[in-house]
Amino acid sequence: MARTLSMKDAINEALDQEMTRDPTVIMMGEDIVGGAGAAGEDDAWGGVLGVSKGLYAKHPKQMIDTPLSESAYVGAAIGAATCGLRPVAELMFIDFMGVCLDQIYNQAAKFRYMFGGKAETPVVIRAMCGAGFRAAAQHSQMLTPIFAHIPGLKVVCPSNAYDTKGLLIQAIRDNDPVIFLEHKNLYGSECDVPEEPYAIPFGEANVVREGSDVTIVTYGLMVPNSLTAAETLKKEGIDVEVIDLRTISPIDMDTVIESVEETGRLVCVDEANPRCSIASDISSVVAQDAFGALKAPIEMVTAPHAPVPFTPSLEDIYIPSPDRIADAVRKTMASSKQEVAAQ
Amino acid sequence: MSDLIIPILMPKWGLSMSEGTLAAWHVEEGTEISPGDEIMDVETDKIANVVEAADGGLLRRRVGSDGEIYPVRALLGVMAPAEVSDAEIDAFVDAYELPEVEEEEDTGPTYEFADLPIGKIRYAERSGEGTPVIFIHGFGGDLDNWLFNIDAVSEVAPAYALDLPGHGQSVKAVDQPGLDKLVTTIIDFMDHLGVDKAHLVGHSKGGLVSGQTAISHPDRVASLTLICSAGLGAEINSDYIEGFVSAASRKELKPKLHHLFADKSLVNRSMVDDLLKYKRIDGVQDYLEALKAALFDGGSQAVDIAKGLEALDIPLLVVWGAEDAVIPVAHADAVSGAEVVVIDGAGHMVQMENANRVNELITSRL
Amino acid sequence: MSNPFPLEKEGLLEAYRRMKTIREFEERLHVDFGRGDIPGFVHLYAGEEAAGVGIMMHLQDHDRIASTHRGHGHCIAKGVDVKGMMAEIYGKSTGSCAGKGGSMHIADLSKGMMGANGILGAGAPLVCGAALAAQKLGHDGVGITFFGDGASNQGTVLESMNLAAIWNLPAIFVVENNGYAESTSVDYAVASDSYVDRATGFGMPGITVDGTDFFAVYEAAGEVVKRAREGAGPTLLECKMIRFFGHFEGDAQTYRAPGENEDNRANRDCLKIFRAKVTEAGVLTDAELDAIDAEVMDLIEEAVEEAKAAPLPAPEELTTDVYVSY
Repeated sequence: MARTLSMKDAINEALDQEMTRDPTVIMMGEDIVGGAGAAGEDDAWGGVLGVSKGLYAKHPKQMIDTPLSESAYVGAAIGAATCGLRPVAELMFIDFMGVCLDQIYNQAAKFRYMFGGKAETPVVIRAMCGAGFRAAAQHSQMLTPIFAHIPGLKVVCPSNAYDTKGLLIQAIRDNDPVIFLEHKNLYGSECDVPEEPYAIPFGEANVVREGSDVTIVTYGLMVPNSLTAAETLKKEGIDVEVIDLRTISPIDMDTVIESVEETGRLVCVDEANPRCSIASDISSVVAQDAFGALKAPIEMVTAPHAPVPFTPSLEDIYIPSPDRIADAVRKTMASSKQEVAAQ
Repeated sequence: MSDLIIPILMPKWGLSMSEGTLAAWHVEEGTEISPGDEIMDVETDKIANVVEAADGGLLRRRVGSDGEIYPVRALLGVMAPAEVSDAEIDAFVDAYELPEVEEEEDTGPTYEFADLPIGKIRYAERSGEGTPVIFIHGFGGDLDNWLFNIDAVSEVAPAYALDLPGHGQSVKAVDQPGLDKLVTTIIDFMDHLGVDKAHLVGHSKGGLVSGQTAISHPDRVASLTLICSAGLGAEINSDYIEGFVSAASRKELKPKLHHLFADKSLVNRSMVDDLLKYKRIDGVQDYLEALKAALFDGGSQAVDIAKGLEALDIPLLVVWGAEDAVIPVAHADAVSGAEVVVIDGAGHMVQMENANRVNELITSRL
Repeated sequence: MSNPFPLEKEGLLEAYRRMKTIREFEERLHVDFGRGDIPGFVHLYAGEEAAGVGIMMHLQDHDRIASTHRGHGHCIAKGVDVKGMMAEIYGKSTGSCAGKGGSMHIADLSKGMMGANGILGAGAPLVCGAALAAQKLGHDGVGITFFGDGASNQGTVLESMNLAAIWNLPAIFVVENNGYAESTSVDYAVASDSYVDRATGFGMPGITVDGTDFFAVYEAAGEVVKRAREGAGPTLLECKMIRFFGHFEGDAQTYRAPGENEDNRANRDCLKIFRAKVTEAGVLTDAELDAIDAEVMDLIEEAVEEAKAAPLPAPEELTTDVYVSY
């Protein structure tokens, strides 16, 4: 039987295999080992959720605990990347990017262009993202749009353990800076994952479910939510195609357009806030490039234009749910472009 | 409950199959079915195929409907002699419960691993009586190419299918891949199993490996079945070989896979995805390039074993899909003295496209 | 007569040539910018040459530096091609960065020059990375970040000093203290009286030198570079110096005291000070130095002529080199 692995363990395995393959791959971050300089155990934490647990024992020279000093160590990772290392810097939460954003968007993202193509910055910046952890407004955001907006960065947000391993290995081998976002609510999700290393190329969306009536385009945690919605809708006779973008930048618009040309209906599902989001971006491209194929207005299902709330009762309605996704699909099935135009 | 009632269940093809679509019934209620009759089409996310009746009897009830998805072992139909009442059949249908899913249940080939000198080799094993059959897949294939064959053949003999080095879940890092290493792997594999002599069934490049194994080790091979085999002539479809090796995306790979089947619709997304997953594993690309260079350099087969096969004194069956677009069907006649069967309506993957016929050919000659 | 200096004659001539090249490069830019030949912003390093050259004379290509917005001097001192720099500042396709970076982003990684930087203090984390890479890759390269008294207050600089100290990195923090953060004086903007105190706060040595004295800088830099190479960890080096021009070209410099610029030019010109020392000691002659002056003038003239004659980047270059692959 093929082996199943959780997303969390898939990340650990990818890091382990790449550090074994290439001694210039190093990992830096806060408490990624844990207990540095303390009287107790080495490798006390292995990351705040234990993602890197055990890696220090195997790769002591490649695992570096940092002070709580994101600008310094993320910048150091970027600088080291221009000097022959392939650092993977971990920020516990994407929300901390603001603290070191200059190093990411003014430095790493721009070196190659500013220096006339003479720089390579093979750095990966990993961070947990997304809501659902009761972690409130500063530990729960889905900031994919911010990074996708910046030329020079690549942005990855996988939805399952198989993709996570292959995309992380690709990220480490990639010669451009990569923002690698891991949805914390998917850490426990399991699927078949080959034991051997493998790389999934960037910019290749995955059609995770084929369908003929409506195309859902999404990524991250919204993939399983969309699949749940699709199963519900199947019972109503609505056949939904679900596209997992896997990488937000580069983005595989070809697969999206091809699908919409078949189905004629599009629902963009995005855990990010709605303004200038991945959903609105896809919506605009499809409206521009495949308007003729659309049978109904494009629907978007996103978080509201509000910070992530703490209390579970509010957070649960903040995150786009399978029910909301299904409702959006029903809406696009019920309406047509002509009817809307006539209103 | 009448002992005379025989259920027809959703089959399980391979370990990954959990459900299937009953695409279409081929028999009406009231039909007398013989074992081996084609009774329905079933599709999984991997492939579509015809289901043959395992038992004979009068089809009394079609429980499953065309186009619906059912879990493995779901009750799809009921056979019973006329003397069984409709009420008894109703009761049987109502009372039928899906068996609990057991982990590692023996409903398909279980995967094993052998540590051979070349490295780790994955294989499937089905127990049985007599001289074992070993299935050897082709270029870029794996043991699941025999998904529809291994169970049927294991009814008359122990059956094994392995992933060759560089393929499936077997070792990927192989120095200087080539025919010799593959033949050695087969012999080492047989030694590992404690098998002195085996019937070798090889497909495509696996046919070449089977044949060369028999030529190099005639005492180890009881018979040969070569399916759309390499090694019987120079021509090979370089668009397929080159394209398969170089394809880096679903879009590039899918049209190349169309060469494999007479019915192109069998190439579905899942098949393409599974092959891409394989091709993306570290070492596979290098292995395929090297093996291609060793065996099919410049769009032409480097090794011809036809003469060597003619010198052998073992039964030799050559099977070909009439619409094979990878290796010309004309190669079927390369070995004088061999029994040749060309199957209409099937392509290079004839053992999948017409599994029933191929299984019958293999089992009837064991 | 014996040579009282820490460099042989060849070294002294080379140091002078680099300083003079920077000076003439900047003086020429001042003129050309004023004439409207050059687009954008330029921030000139004239007056500060002894600091950049005094340090860079100890470095090789595998030593990395991260520069500032006032980066021309660091580039020239580190060996970046002068003609490529001039063409870059003119926005030409033959420039160091193919015209895409400009004055504020000149880089040449092959020379260990990690880039001038438009973001103040941003180079400090980057050289920590360069120093970490040297440490991990097992070579004796050092990383040096230059920053002004203004950027010395950036969190990135202070965080990086902490990081370099706890990891014992071969990193050197050079404060080029010219007294002004843009127009704001160091006395106003920097809380501590001494950068040495700041260094002490992070557990590393701090040294203050007269940045207009090439030899003072050279000797101090020699010690801190040696210390870093030997694995003894980071150091802070403050060079007190003067800026001949304004913060940027076009700066009216009304914040300066009356006569300040004239006094600087007359009495604190690092090139004049250097010339006086080496000629008075009899190690170099005015004729030797004048010969270098003439060669440098020719080089700068050629650089400008070639830059002006060079083609602009093709329009399709607009979107190239954003990624290695995308």
